[in-house]
Amino acid sequence: MSPLVTLPRALALFVAVSVALVLQASLFSHLAVRGVVPDLVLLVVVAAGLSYGSELGLVAGFGAGLLLDLAPPADHVVGRWALALMAVGYVAGRLGAPGRPRLTQWWPVAAACAFVGTSVFALSGLLLRDPYVGVGELLRVELVSMVWDVGLALVVVPLTTALFARVEPDRVLA
Amino acid sequence: MTDLLSRPRGRPAEDRLNRRGSLEPREPGRPRRSLVLALVLACATLMTVDHVNDGAAVDPLRRVVGEVYGPAERAVDAVVGPVAAVPQWLRSRHDLTGEIQQLETENDQLRSRLATVDYDRNRLREYDDLTATAETIGYALVPARVVAMGPAQSFNRTVTIDAGSKAGVVPDQTVVSGDGLVGRVLRVTSSTATVLLVTDADSTVGGRVGRSMKVGFLHGRGDLGDGARLDLELVDQSYVPSQGETVVTWGSQDGAPYVAGVPIGTVESVYSSLRETTQRAVIDPAVDFSALDVVGVVVPSGTRSDRGVIEVDGSLR
Repeated sequence: MSPLVTLPRALALFVAVSVALVLQASLFSHLAVRGVVPDLVLLVVVAAGLSYGSELGLVAGFGAGLLLDLAPPADHVVGRWALALMAVGYVAGRLGAPGRPRLTQWWPVAAACAFVGTSVFALSGLLLRDPYVGVGELLRVELVSMVWDVGLALVVVPLTTALFARVEPDRVLA
Repeated sequence: MTDLLSRPRGRPAEDRLNRRGSLEPREPGRPRRSLVLALVLACATLMTVDHVNDGAAVDPLRRVVGEVYGPAERAVDAVVGPVAAVPQWLRSRHDLTGEIQQLETENDQLRSRLATVDYDRNRLREYDDLTATAETIGYALVPARVVAMGPAQSFNRTVTIDAGSKAGVVPDQTVVSGDGLVGRVLRVTSSTATVLLVTDADSTVGGRVGRSMKVGFLHGRGDLGDGARLDLELVDQSYVPSQGETVVTWGSQDGAPYVAGVPIGTVESVYSSLRETTQRAVIDPAVDFSALDVVGVVVPSGTRSDRGVIEVDGSLR
């Protein structure tokens, strides 16, 4: 069996996550709806899970989440996004249909992953009281970010999948 | 059985059929338990480490990541910022009109505030002057403001001040401002008083030329403003006052209607009429009657008043 994490994969993942992270922080902050920006990094992890399976999705989610936890605007407890995106990568890998999935197959998966990711993040925040916000506010923010994520998944997931396929045409599950 | 084993691997549905012993490969769709456990534990550890001690342990990590992603975010923002500002340029005429109206309103408010700043400052200075006057002329003063000015059509030079009998003002009291003599109180109501200005044509004030102590009578000409002048007729016809001499009030018995020693004005010019064998000096009054605001009514010290009385020593009682 081929090694799980190869250099091209790692590089592609790193580039995709970094671009998503920077765009999420700098570009989409201008387009924020009531202060909520789309979770581009989450969608990249979804694409990774869909392309490489749940195990690499898990690892990619952990790494991307850790970056998201540490990159400048963030001030929450480190590990919250890591945990949430791990779950996202895992769920994406498990639910993803093998082969080259059609839109009707991967789009619901992306939506479910967005729900899982934002929920895990929000719940960890509730548990850690970091920052302490009411459940009502939490649900409102979650709803807006779900709409963002489901909408932008249509753009981000195909783009990222295409990047992964271009980097390693023969290794992507197909 | 061989049929099943010979099926190509890599497809999860068939792997599941295949599972029967420990030698079978794990499902490719499912990650190793150890990996999941390790990563979850790593997350928990990170959270714990960050949660205690206010995240001091994680701060170096944040710093390192920030050093990398901070410049990237700045660079993207430098590109995106101007583009993101584009919607602000695209605005409807209606919006702009509304904004112009709003700004004009604000402008007017600020302008009026600016205007009253000068006004307030001037009034403060006038009160200051009045306090100084009370000290200079040695009388107690009831401060008052001019609230109305008689119309020029009436040919009477009178003003209304906002101090009346309740403030301790009675008729035939001297009214001064920070610069000098204003006039005398004609009549009072409970809250206002009518003041006859010295420039009124009916007004006669006993005056004394400061340097020589020569006495005379000052008559108003009935005009206001910068051109307002008083005529001084000296009792001693032979004396010629010099230009720039100060004229002060002569004073009446019991200080009514005029107290002594209040500056009235300065000698501007002297005319002698051979036919009438009198001399007439033109006096430039010290007070600008067209801009009267804060004045003081000379009252006996210790007068009961509904407002603060400026005492002789300049204190407010």
